[in-house]
Amino acid sequence: MSTRTESPAAADFGIDTTSRSTGEAVRDYLARLRAGDLGSLPAVLGLVALVVVFRVLSDGFLTLDNTANLLAQGAGKMIIAMGLVFVLLLGEIDLSAGTASGVCAAVMAMHYVRAGNLLGGMGTTVFLVFACGLAVAALLAVFLRIWAGAALSLLTLVLAVVGAPANPWLEMLLALGVGAAIGVITGFLVSTIGMPSFVVTLALFITWQGVILRFIGEGGVFGIGTDPVLFAVANGNMSVLGSWLLCAVVICGYALVVLGEHLSRLRRELVTTPTPLVVTKTVCVAVASIAATYALTRNRSTNEYADIRGVPYVVPIVLVLLAVGTYALNRTRYGRHVYAVGGNAEAARRAGINVSRIRASVFVVGSSTAALGAIVYSSKVGSVDPQAGGLNTLLFAVGAAVIGGTSLFGGRGKVLHAVVGGLALAVVENGLGLLKQPAAMVNIVTGLVLLLAATVDALSRRRAARG
Amino acid sequence: MSGEPILELTGVRKGFGPVRVLHDVDFTVRAGEVTALVGDNGAGKSTLVKCVAGIHPMDAGTVRFAGEPVRVAGPRDAARLGIEIVYQDLALADNLDIVANMFLGRERGPGGLLDEAAMERAARETLASLGVRTVRSVRTPVSALSGGQRQTVAIAKAVLWDSRVVLLDEPTAALGVAQTWQVLDLVRRLADQGLGVVLISHNMADVFAVADRIAVLYLGRMAAEVATREVTQTQVVELITAGRSGELGLARPETAVV
Repeated sequence: MSTRTESPAAADFGIDTTSRSTGEAVRDYLARLRAGDLGSLPAVLGLVALVVVFRVLSDGFLTLDNTANLLAQGAGKMIIAMGLVFVLLLGEIDLSAGTASGVCAAVMAMHYVRAGNLLGGMGTTVFLVFACGLAVAALLAVFLRIWAGAALSLLTLVLAVVGAPANPWLEMLLALGVGAAIGVITGFLVSTIGMPSFVVTLALFITWQGVILRFIGEGGVFGIGTDPVLFAVANGNMSVLGSWLLCAVVICGYALVVLGEHLSRLRRELVTTPTPLVVTKTVCVAVASIAATYALTRNRSTNEYADIRGVPYVVPIVLVLLAVGTYALNRTRYGRHVYAVGGNAEAARRAGINVSRIRASVFVVGSSTAALGAIVYSSKVGSVDPQAGGLNTLLFAVGAAVIGGTSLFGGRGKVLHAVVGGLALAVVENGLGLLKQPAAMVNIVTGLVLLLAATVDALSRRRAARG
Repeated sequence: MSGEPILELTGVRKGFGPVRVLHDVDFTVRAGEVTALVGDNGAGKSTLVKCVAGIHPMDAGTVRFAGEPVRVAGPRDAARLGIEIVYQDLALADNLDIVANMFLGRERGPGGLLDEAAMERAARETLASLGVRTVRSVRTPVSALSGGQRQTVAIAKAVLWDSRVVLLDEPTAALGVAQTWQVLDLVRRLADQGLGVVLISHNMADVFAVADRIAVLYLGRMAAEVATREVTQTQVVELITAGRSGELGLARPETAVV
């Protein structure tokens, strides 16, 4: 880069304008690791180790059939974890994400089962409380100036009051709206009233569990598997052509964004990662996408009369959410402010950022995303029962985010972490299931893995503080 | 070196409940000069700065900015006028890089998006114009910077925003010798670029190294506002501790004791 023609002053930052060599970049990365910034490296290594162990212990593990099944099983909790990343980035916690998603699932299923008559399904009193809750959420969202939350809450209120007939897309929108409304209420209590999120969401965790039970009734169950769309969300596959199209879109999209940005930064002489690294990354993504698509478009039926092939719909769903979430955090003012509030709320306040609005908004993002997760896991089992979103849904979701490398102390984390951690936990659950281990074992191992991840997080934070 | 007064405070009073912290304080900041604000602990330095920043509303007093009377009702008013405060605890987000910190709350870009290229270049040019050479890359996370470098980033942020008055609260308090000199050098350069600089400090060596004028607060009253070259360190220390020194200072400092 000896042909630079910049002002001599700007050239003081020589390292910015000359590209680092690959060796330097690798050394920088190692230095960051030593400084305690591990990112998702432990999760990726753990995932590889788990896959190897279960492959050795069980012949059924790495079959195509089981792999596709594993993706669909883990997707719901993985999606909830993606929303929780936003909450964790502020150093907050949402213990109610699981049962809140259950409420969304219950409303969605009731709308389908009762052919759109929520009033009949809930009874007059409960319906009035439900409608009032949505109206209050809409008002609070306006007060907090979270317009998307206000719009969704209001839309849900209108849909519920009008009693629109059953329609799978409408039901999913309803679930999303209920999730947003719940998030607004949580966010208001935490950011404006100023209660610790731990207490607010612990109280709501129990409350939502009761609400689900009230909606569905003791021992009741709402079947949604009879609707082809609601069933296909987690159980359907794309056509072979569609799968390859998705593969092409993923590769081209990734290459366009990553290489395009890299070239534009090179041209403008800004800080860049070395070209060989960028190209290697892109090639790796392309090869992995092609290999995965090839594997998933082969017949994976264990029954010789059936033919199951194609990429499960959950894969594009997770990928779209991953892309949207990553874009929001890295490329928008909102995402920058989320990181800033998580890193140093006082600095953010002095910089003129509306901290309480950001704090409330992450709960809206968290609960809305949890609603999407609820759609996926309800579709997977084909029904919604009073246990929806209960049990260890929350443990898995928080675990996925933390195992993936998102810090519980705020400020550090990516949406990608939820995907990596979610995969690791899905492998644990699925693999132990194949080994005929009882639920007790799955819970113990999952809990210990979460504990291990939190330990790594705490230790690396201490190391970073010392360094 | 006598620049135009850019910020003039007259008769500032401030109390917290029954406690009067500032008694009719007059304070002037001149463009192109470093004004040191000194005083013992509890003399009201931080309160005065917070009144200027709009964090504490004044009970009485007027503020003139560039000759015009203005009202500073909140931090945003201060920012709009071009008054920037660099706090002692720095107010940087550790997890973000230098560029992100310098533009925090005032990001550039269309709609809600970020124009990283423009921000990165502006940040780099600002640092370069201040002669900052110690920062290796503007994409370094703040957590990886030394205390002096952090201070540099916080100060450079003020320059980036075309501020006209910069108030620095104990910028060298936690720094080593070499880093202190880097920061003082930067403070001097800010004034040379035509900004009005206020340096709050306990360290007489720092004050005498960079300040053009020294304002001494004694128990909430302005004991003296003098040119640095007309006084000695001993005199300033007497003003800080006793409120007067020879002909300088409050007429009857003992009455200042509430």
